[in-house]
Amino acid sequence: MILDRPVQYVGLDRMEGPLIFVSGVHDVGYDELVEVRDEQGGERLGTVLEVSRDTAVVQVLEGTTGLSNRNTRVRFTGRPVCIRVGREMLGRSFDGLARPVDGAPPPLRGELRDIHGQPINPAARDYPREFVQTGMSILDGSNSLVRGQKLPIFSGAGLPHNRLAAQIVRQATLPGEETRFAVILAAMGVKNDVAQFFRRSFEDSGVLSRVTLFLSPADAPGVERLMAPRAALTLAEHLAFELDMHVLVVLTDMTNYCDALREIASARGEVPARKGYPGYLYSDLASIYERAGRLKESRGSITLMPILTMPADDISHPVADLTGYITEGQVVCKRELHQKGIYPPVAGLPSLSRLMKDGVGEGHTREDHMAIAAQLFAAYARAEDVRSLASVIGEEELSPLDKTYLHFADAFEQKYVSQGEYENRSIEETLERAWQVAGVLPRSELTQLSEAHIERYYQRQAPERGQPPQRA
Amino acid sequence: MSGTETVLETGEVDQISGPLVVASGMEGVQMYEVVEVGPERLVGEVIKVVVDRATIQVYEHTGGLRPGMEVQRTGRALSLQLGPGLLGSIYDGVQHPLEVLRREVGSFITRGAKAPPLDPERKWDFEPVVEVGQELRAGQVFGKVQETPSIEHRLLVPPQLSGRVLDISPAGRRAVRENVCAIESEDGTRHDLSMVQLWPSRRPRPFGRRLGIVRPLITGQRVLDTFFPLARGGTAAVPGDFGTGKTIVQQQLAKWSDADVVVFVGCGERGNEMTDVLRQFPQMQDPRSGRSLMERTVLIANTSNMPVAAREVSIYTGITVAEYYRDMGYDVALMADSTSRWAEALREVSGRLEEMPAEEGFPAYLSTRLAQFYERAGVVETLGGEEGSVSIVGAVSPPAGDFSEPVTQHTTRFTRCFWALDRELAYARHFPAVSWVASYSEYAEELADWWEAFAPDWAELRREALNVLQEEERLQEIVKLVGPDVLPDSQRMVLEAAELLKNGFLQQNAFDEVDTYCDPEKQAFLLRAIVTFYRRARDIIARGAPVMRMRELGIVQRLSRARFTIRNGDKEALQDLMQDLTEQLDEVEAHYR
Repeated sequence: MILDRPVQYVGLDRMEGPLIFVSGVHDVGYDELVEVRDEQGGERLGTVLEVSRDTAVVQVLEGTTGLSNRNTRVRFTGRPVCIRVGREMLGRSFDGLARPVDGAPPPLRGELRDIHGQPINPAARDYPREFVQTGMSILDGSNSLVRGQKLPIFSGAGLPHNRLAAQIVRQATLPGEETRFAVILAAMGVKNDVAQFFRRSFEDSGVLSRVTLFLSPADAPGVERLMAPRAALTLAEHLAFELDMHVLVVLTDMTNYCDALREIASARGEVPARKGYPGYLYSDLASIYERAGRLKESRGSITLMPILTMPADDISHPVADLTGYITEGQVVCKRELHQKGIYPPVAGLPSLSRLMKDGVGEGHTREDHMAIAAQLFAAYARAEDVRSLASVIGEEELSPLDKTYLHFADAFEQKYVSQGEYENRSIEETLERAWQVAGVLPRSELTQLSEAHIERYYQRQAPERGQPPQRA
Repeated sequence: MSGTETVLETGEVDQISGPLVVASGMEGVQMYEVVEVGPERLVGEVIKVVVDRATIQVYEHTGGLRPGMEVQRTGRALSLQLGPGLLGSIYDGVQHPLEVLRREVGSFITRGAKAPPLDPERKWDFEPVVEVGQELRAGQVFGKVQETPSIEHRLLVPPQLSGRVLDISPAGRRAVRENVCAIESEDGTRHDLSMVQLWPSRRPRPFGRRLGIVRPLITGQRVLDTFFPLARGGTAAVPGDFGTGKTIVQQQLAKWSDADVVVFVGCGERGNEMTDVLRQFPQMQDPRSGRSLMERTVLIANTSNMPVAAREVSIYTGITVAEYYRDMGYDVALMADSTSRWAEALREVSGRLEEMPAEEGFPAYLSTRLAQFYERAGVVETLGGEEGSVSIVGAVSPPAGDFSEPVTQHTTRFTRCFWALDRELAYARHFPAVSWVASYSEYAEELADWWEAFAPDWAELRREALNVLQEEERLQEIVKLVGPDVLPDSQRMVLEAAELLKNGFLQQNAFDEVDTYCDPEKQAFLLRAIVTFYRRARDIIARGAPVMRMRELGIVQRLSRARFTIRNGDKEALQDLMQDLTEQLDEVEAHYR
């Protein structure tokens, strides 16, 4: 490759943030891979962001620290950023550009793939409708994950989203299909100990041999972060669509990714849209998220779980907002639940799985699944209203029915949402718990459920001890 | 379209930045002319010209393009092929047939891959409707083809052409590109017509004159048809935060609206949503014709990960196809999901052109473009003298659900229906989450006559129901502070009535077999039943009955379940409901005389 294009350019015109400007170039293609050699002979990689007849703007993936504009040598490779992908990558760790960081040599075999991939033809997609059991009630029961879905976790600093993601990865295996199952984790801009946490957690549960890590830690150059999720998805596409595997991709933390994108955009002097993020943030995120899915012509799937921390827990922050517009629902972590000691602290109301309706019910889980989920949801929404009313007028002033709703909300959080980090509940157990919680309410309040379902599953729960008896 | 062949000069690529390419040596190039860039002949469109340098937006990924590569001019504007075969197809923003590409190049969109939008091999049963010697005007029908069992495709004389029929094919099986008719125009030139018309995507198709708005576009969605009706030929905006059910609303409209043809533009949205449409529509039945919905639907899909420049054109592609069927005398409904993504595509291209931004980085011409788009809706008398219409429903995705952002704000200036989706309602799983406080329709007055033909009290019922809902909104403020128990019974009855309206009328379950579509008669009847209940209950309470007495009546449950239990067209069941209502209230009333 290097022999094909021997031309080296020495010296730079201008350097700014992660960008370098090379003049006098000839025959350079847009978006191609660039090798940059600094004075000490260290090699860095970059991509062409803009090219004209004699100037190329290159973003240097490892950052520009230590480059001088006199002795830097630049070589244009004439090909896009490609990585080598193959099954041997499972069980190993790489950096954001798919270079090994586990001490072992780079994989020799494998297919060379453009890291940007190609958009899936919408007519070639298969609609995801295969239920994935995560063993967590609030997900399985109320926000079911479907194979091929993209479901993000919206979280905040200090919330246990990483533990939640690790638990999902541990438990989301389909029994009997272990060999067709793989996990890819891309960690962008996270602290080294977070990366270690994931690695250890996979090790402990014995899934490490089916996991590939792409680590671009907080101390790695910002631009490398832009490549890590793409490298992860390029491998995922190979495993899923060529080798028919079911791949779960976890991307953490997308907020760091977006900040890196903003950094480049501002260095290029682009017109910012909201909060300084570039106007194409939506399209850029879509080019990552939309790589998930299923194809008619393949038995594999890519299920995507991006994790992002919302600055100041603000769900209207551009990163969370634009993500929510692309993904098929969201799992929202709530600080208040975390402070109450509830794990997983998944908020009942703003969380949503858009693909749930097609992946649960008869033939997938159980016929009453959607109805009982809707019922819990509606009742919890009402209970939240009652809670805010109670905070104004006091619990004593509430009507008996409203008090029952307060009990319901507690039962919902304690018996249904809350569970152990190593507790793996079957969907049957989750639904059983759902009906137990619904049983706190009198039968007349169950407006979302059909008579047949109530007849079959409903059992009025006796009020708990220590609480005032209810007049139903 | 043919004309004399001139050799068009080629230019050279100077600069590449994202989807934009600057080429030099482009003297004489037209604005919006289509060019082909590089050896893969990537399709692009000229959007700016300075002396001999043209800026081109390219509809495919530009990676690997280099300065010095050839830019081939085509001498024509970006055009669509309009003819039989559009219905039931799925295209990207520049009319690449996605199903064909999938078969030919696989599951991923490979750049440079091309395929004819209309299958050139397929034979259609052509049937002439004119004779040799007959004079034809532009827009008149010269032949027809049964495109799908539901839709007859009328082949029209292209705009700007008129004359005498020189030649017309006899009935028989023809491919789209075969010449089937020849016309001699006044100057004596012969024009051969096939079943395909080329039409520039960005140019509105001409029509005779605009007609007034008289009929609603019935969507079968109670909250829309009754409270915020859309007129046939009208425009509506559906703004909503993510998770508020915009897509379900759009899909419900595409399924149930009583248009003849539906054009569904998925503009910068999720791939799986288009898959969902492709999966559902062929199996679903048009309630009027009993035929598969796909037979009347054209899908334009430029999902969020497909090239951004093609997303910008997809809206125009959709509306041009809609106008084409309008010109045949059909009522067409166009759903665009989402216009915000389209506006973002404008912003992205504008940013790369280094244009001076207006609000939030959007270009200053955003409002002009939006206006031009929405103005293409309307009821018209076509060139051929038929009546046809295009109605537009545009989804808007305001960042953070903030309706004061530029796209929502500009859209409200050009649409007369505003269906605001509310996050609180969605959280409470009240669907469709159309807010009755923030939504409006300027068509309600104009459409009252249509409704009153079978429900003389429609306007009055509607007003009263809206009053109840508004009153409840106000009372809820008090309830939030002190609880409902302090309100007098007359006001608590307002709360009860509003609850009944929400449960029994406003909410509608898109996944329930009966409730998903509600015909206008049933809508008027349900509304009348609920309002009647409220009026009488209010009077009885005024005579001293407690509100609890009303709430406990069996009819309350029955009213709120009627949307599921009574099928469309079941007049008996509706009468029975009303009778039950009267009897139960009579009985209570007897106690408080």
